[in-house]
Amino acid sequence: MAKPMLELVNVHATAGGAEILKGLDLAIRPGEVHAMMGPNGSGKSTLANVLAGRPSVEVTKGEVRFEGRDLTLLSAEERAREGIFLAFQYPVEIPGVANMYFLKAALNAVRRHRGEDELDAMDFLALAREKTKLVEMDEKLMQRSVNEGFSGGEKKRNEILQMAILEPKLAVLDETDSGLDIDALRIVANGVNALRSPERSMLVITHYQRLLDYIVPDVVHVLAGGRIVKTGGKELAFELEEKGYGWVEGAAAG
Amino acid sequence: MSESENAQLERLANREYQYGFVTDIESETIPPGLDESVVRLISAKKQEPEWLLEWRLRALHRFRELLEHETEPTWAHVSYPKIDYQSIIYYSAPKPREKLESLDEVDPELLATYEKLGISLSEQKRLTGVAVDAVFDSVSVATTFKGELEKMGIVFCSFSEAVQKHPDLVRKYLGSVVPYSDNFFACLNSAVFSDGSFAYIPKGVRCPMELSTYFRINSAGTGQFERTLIVADEGAYVSYLEGCTAPMRDENQLHAAVVELVALDDAEIKYSTVQNWYPGDKNGVGGIYNFVTKRGACRGARSKISWTQVETGSAITWKYPSCILQGDDSAGAFYSVAMTNHRQQADTGTKMLHIGKNTKSTIISKGISAGRGQQSYRGLVRIGPKASGARNYSQCDSLLLGDECGAHTFPYLEVKNATATVEHEATTSKIGEDQLFYCRQRGISEEDAVSMIVNGFCKQVLRELPMEFAVEAQNLLGLSLEGAVG
Repeated sequence: MAKPMLELVNVHATAGGAEILKGLDLAIRPGEVHAMMGPNGSGKSTLANVLAGRPSVEVTKGEVRFEGRDLTLLSAEERAREGIFLAFQYPVEIPGVANMYFLKAALNAVRRHRGEDELDAMDFLALAREKTKLVEMDEKLMQRSVNEGFSGGEKKRNEILQMAILEPKLAVLDETDSGLDIDALRIVANGVNALRSPERSMLVITHYQRLLDYIVPDVVHVLAGGRIVKTGGKELAFELEEKGYGWVEGAAAG
Repeated sequence: MSESENAQLERLANREYQYGFVTDIESETIPPGLDESVVRLISAKKQEPEWLLEWRLRALHRFRELLEHETEPTWAHVSYPKIDYQSIIYYSAPKPREKLESLDEVDPELLATYEKLGISLSEQKRLTGVAVDAVFDSVSVATTFKGELEKMGIVFCSFSEAVQKHPDLVRKYLGSVVPYSDNFFACLNSAVFSDGSFAYIPKGVRCPMELSTYFRINSAGTGQFERTLIVADEGAYVSYLEGCTAPMRDENQLHAAVVELVALDDAEIKYSTVQNWYPGDKNGVGGIYNFVTKRGACRGARSKISWTQVETGSAITWKYPSCILQGDDSAGAFYSVAMTNHRQQADTGTKMLHIGKNTKSTIISKGISAGRGQQSYRGLVRIGPKASGARNYSQCDSLLLGDECGAHTFPYLEVKNATATVEHEATTSKIGEDQLFYCRQRGISEEDAVSMIVNGFCKQVLRELPMEFAVEAQNLLGLSLEGAVG
């Protein structure tokens, strides 16, 4: 079996002074898609922030390894350049900064890090055109300020567009389904599925089983009380949907 | 905001001021102090006509009265120790070697200074498309492209030269927008102003290049009091830009300038400022007190005046570039980005005085506060009783970086005509950890993220700057800030 791309061992993490993750273990191999499910407050978003390196979240114990390296030693931007991508639950607005400009700056930062030539405006435009089709996004949104005045669905599509352009090794999708109607959900899921590859791993964080109808995971974990309390195949998501989180929360307490 | 974020911001915010060097040059400097003999001396050095000396003396008397009655303005939201006006040197000039016939005779030390500031005065390497008047301490040392401009009848020269060569124009317009008695600092300036720039664009002429003045304070202990007068005759157009820097010193230096603009029928003046006086160190020691009066009169019908300013320097800024909209259908605009970092304080804004019919004004003010900077927008929109159909739109946005700075807004509205339309919008926001983290998660460094966010915030204003200077202003914003976020 291939070595894990991402490996977490007994990870404890605090956010805002409170301990949220309390001994989390997780291993994701290249090409695998893992779903992380759990009730509100179980630590799902904290896990996403631990991986992406949000400054306000601190790993107090345990190991976080990405391709064998200690991830906690890298800044958020270094992690991004190494190939970790987080699709935000609440993408932020950046007034006055064109989406196109932002994305080009991001891609070129990653390319510089990889020792590749930066893309000029023309090449980038061609790439952006091709990728906007993938998420059925109106090209006009590229000229608008980042996420400013975007609808909920447009914001999420913009996240997947960024992922398609940056081509990460590990994509973390934090509740990408939240606030989406069924059509938007299908479009976002299609975009994600198109990016599945044997080299790319994904961690799909969600509260509901619904998203997993579209993005079929290899492994499903259930997070409760800051730890993974159950791991199984995709059928675990259905079981959870049926029995509710009370079922696993009981297991966590026990 | 977390402790580490604050530390990061501080590190970013602490980039050094680049223009803090001192030029070693022999200067002719008079002793500190202000009395009639000083005013007479300055006037004599400039070989001024009698009427101008009298005008200066009237200003001096008025200034003394104001000083006696302690009427130095205190309403601005800034604080500083009382200024001792007798301890300031009111005239300092690099010693001329001979009378200058061409730029080649300018002291190489001075040319080198401007080169270092990125302003090339030498004939071969001049910034194309921009004519520059360089003012060093109290006097203008060089003006480029004069010959070319003269062919079109455009006058662009130092104020002193204008007094000699175009006394009628100067006499007609000097003090016509900002009278010598206008306010405390304008009064002081009128008494002791030493030089500055003068521009006159004749009827129907569109000035083919940017006119620019570059002000440099060099000597210690001196005040800089320059006077700029720009007149656009009927149907004329001019775009003018001023820049300024000063050495790093641990004393505060006073800069009290007056700028007057006059636009006649169908004339347009665009006036842009990139203000980068030394802001003092991070503990608030030293820096320039920038107490400036700027006002434009849209005297003619359909005339236009716009002020665009990027204010990143100075320890204290007190400045309200204003428009008097006298002509029917005239239009005034104020586009401002002001940034205060460390202990800097700025109280800036505008006055839009609608007098004529169907006059229009636009105010876009962007304030950025970082470190322990304090920032106030102060603006007056007055619609006079005869200004039927007047319209104003004001937008004041503040951006806070960190949690020790402040932003304040003081909008004043006086509407005396029921047909007027006045709109005011204001926002205050913080560069949040969220915005920064979002950028960094995409691989963009924190420094680049801050400057991207700030530039985005200022975009509406920066796009009003002449092309050649928009990039400079963008870089300057990045430099002055470098990471004050939270």
